Amino acid sequence: MIDGFIALYIFMLAAFVGHEVIGRVPAILHTPLMSGSNFVHGIVLVGAMVALGRAETTLELVIGFIGVFLGAGNAVGGYVVTERMLEMFKSSREKNS
Amino acid sequence: MSEFGSINTLIEASYFVAAILFIFGLKRMSSPVTARGGIIWAGAGMVVATVVTFLFPGMTNYVLMMLAIGLGGILAWVSGKRVAMTDMPQMIALYNGMGGGAAAAIAAVELFGGADHGLTFGVLAVLGGMIGAISFSGSLIAFGKLQGLIRKPMRFKGQQIVNMLILVATVLTAGYLVVEHGANDYVILFFVLALILGITMTLPIGGADMPVVISLYNALTGLAVAFEGFVLQNEAMIIAGTVVGAAGTLLTQLMAKAMNRSLANVLFSGFGEEGGEGSEVSGSMKPIEATDVAVMMAFANKVLIVPGYGMAVAQAQHKVWELTKILLDRGVDVKFAIHPVAGRMPGHMNVLLAEAGVPYDIIYDQDEINPEFPTADVALVIGANDVVNPVARSDPSSPIFGMPILDADRAKNVIVIKRGQGAGFSGIENALFFLDHTRMLYGDGQAMAGALITEIKAI
Repeated sequence: MIDGFIALYIFMLAAFVGHEVIGRVPAILHTPLMSGSNFVHGIVLVGAMVALGRAETTLELVIGFIGVFLGAGNAVGGYVVTERMLEMFKSSREKNS
Repeated sequence: MSEFGSINTLIEASYFVAAILFIFGLKRMSSPVTARGGIIWAGAGMVVATVVTFLFPGMTNYVLMMLAIGLGGILAWVSGKRVAMTDMPQMIALYNGMGGGAAAAIAAVELFGGADHGLTFGVLAVLGGMIGAISFSGSLIAFGKLQGLIRKPMRFKGQQIVNMLILVATVLTAGYLVVEHGANDYVILFFVLALILGITMTLPIGGADMPVVISLYNALTGLAVAFEGFVLQNEAMIIAGTVVGAAGTLLTQLMAKAMNRSLANVLFSGFGEEGGEGSEVSGSMKPIEATDVAVMMAFANKVLIVPGYGMAVAQAQHKVWELTKILLDRGVDVKFAIHPVAGRMPGHMNVLLAEAGVPYDIIYDQDEINPEFPTADVALVIGANDVVNPVARSDPSSPIFGMPILDADRAKNVIVIKRGQGAGFSGIENALFFLDHTRMLYGDGQAMAGALITEIKAI
């Protein structure tokens, strides 16, 4: 059980990590990085799966289904576009070899 | 739960590994040398977390689950593979909105269940649901605007008061849900209000400010995911969501700063409503032929190219790179100077140049390249306008006064490739075009770059 202050500590430390990781990113990577972080919150898929897995009423099933559908779209779409963009970043040395 | 002990340990351990992969993946993505590996690390983390979630104890509805993953995954895969690089900003908005919607859906299932999680979890569930729903509908509006489906910013008198009233109504309904575990009708009312708020918040914001808004919604979705993670006691969601929330907030601030706008300014006022008209620019624009430009560039020591979104619209980036290669072969020092907001969002121009094959080590940020303009023989401005307008430095009455610009006007010669004589995106007259050492090469970006290639080859 994650509770009370433990939860706050996790939140604080994770926020600090997020801030530090992005801190010195060059402007040339802003778009792919935004897309990459967009992909990472696609982890919401996991929660939507649990919600659908425990759903009982029709209403819960419908909403759970929509949740998993949207979460999968976030994760897969985020990955595909980020990968496509980063794939193109090459230095002159890599070009010539 | 004891019979599930070992499975639970496996799930917890896998989420831990996924969290590590996400953080290291993002870390690697923040440098161009390691960026390509970064997304693969993060992707591996996602696969591990998703697969292990199927083992969660006490779950049913596996068929529906597979169907939803398959449908959402395939649709996103196909659209993501097809989208043109110029349309990337709105695609990111769309995927981000989906994430926000998923977070709202999780909250909805929890709230419809009516279970009493206690005050803290109730507040987090409602808060995550509200932020997720706002991010969902807001991102869809942002997508519509950038895709050209919604053309004009919609503003009316007292709009902010109306928005404030919707916000208050949403928060009150949320409070009622937390305290009273209200009936399903109130849950529906709550989500409808939050979705409307996302729409009315985003509609008045102009297209130029949209990247900042998308980035903000990206951070908000991260936060919503983290809150729902606390409700579901899911560590992977808590950590990944919080990391994105913090990283996204910082990224939003960086973008707003690069555009010389504060976040409050973006959210609560339209562009052009503040500041004056700017003073008149005197002088005339002096045209030049491609032949003369070719000679100037071919015998220059240093050429700095300033590309703008107009170059991408004209699909000229491939020709420009070809031109660059010919000049490099002649021994000319060629560099690309990129303004933070070149393209439609910060870093977008770098993606477009990378697509054309330009290596990232001859592409320079504003701060790195500005000291080099005075030593450059030629600054070639192609499809850029406001980001090289020197009135941003000199004229306090101009709406763009104070915006950091590229110092193209300080180069020994300035060549501007431009379709016609009109003003820029913001409608502001560009003083650069009227300088004594500026020459205008009128024509389509792609055609003119092609003409320059032919002329230089002929020398």
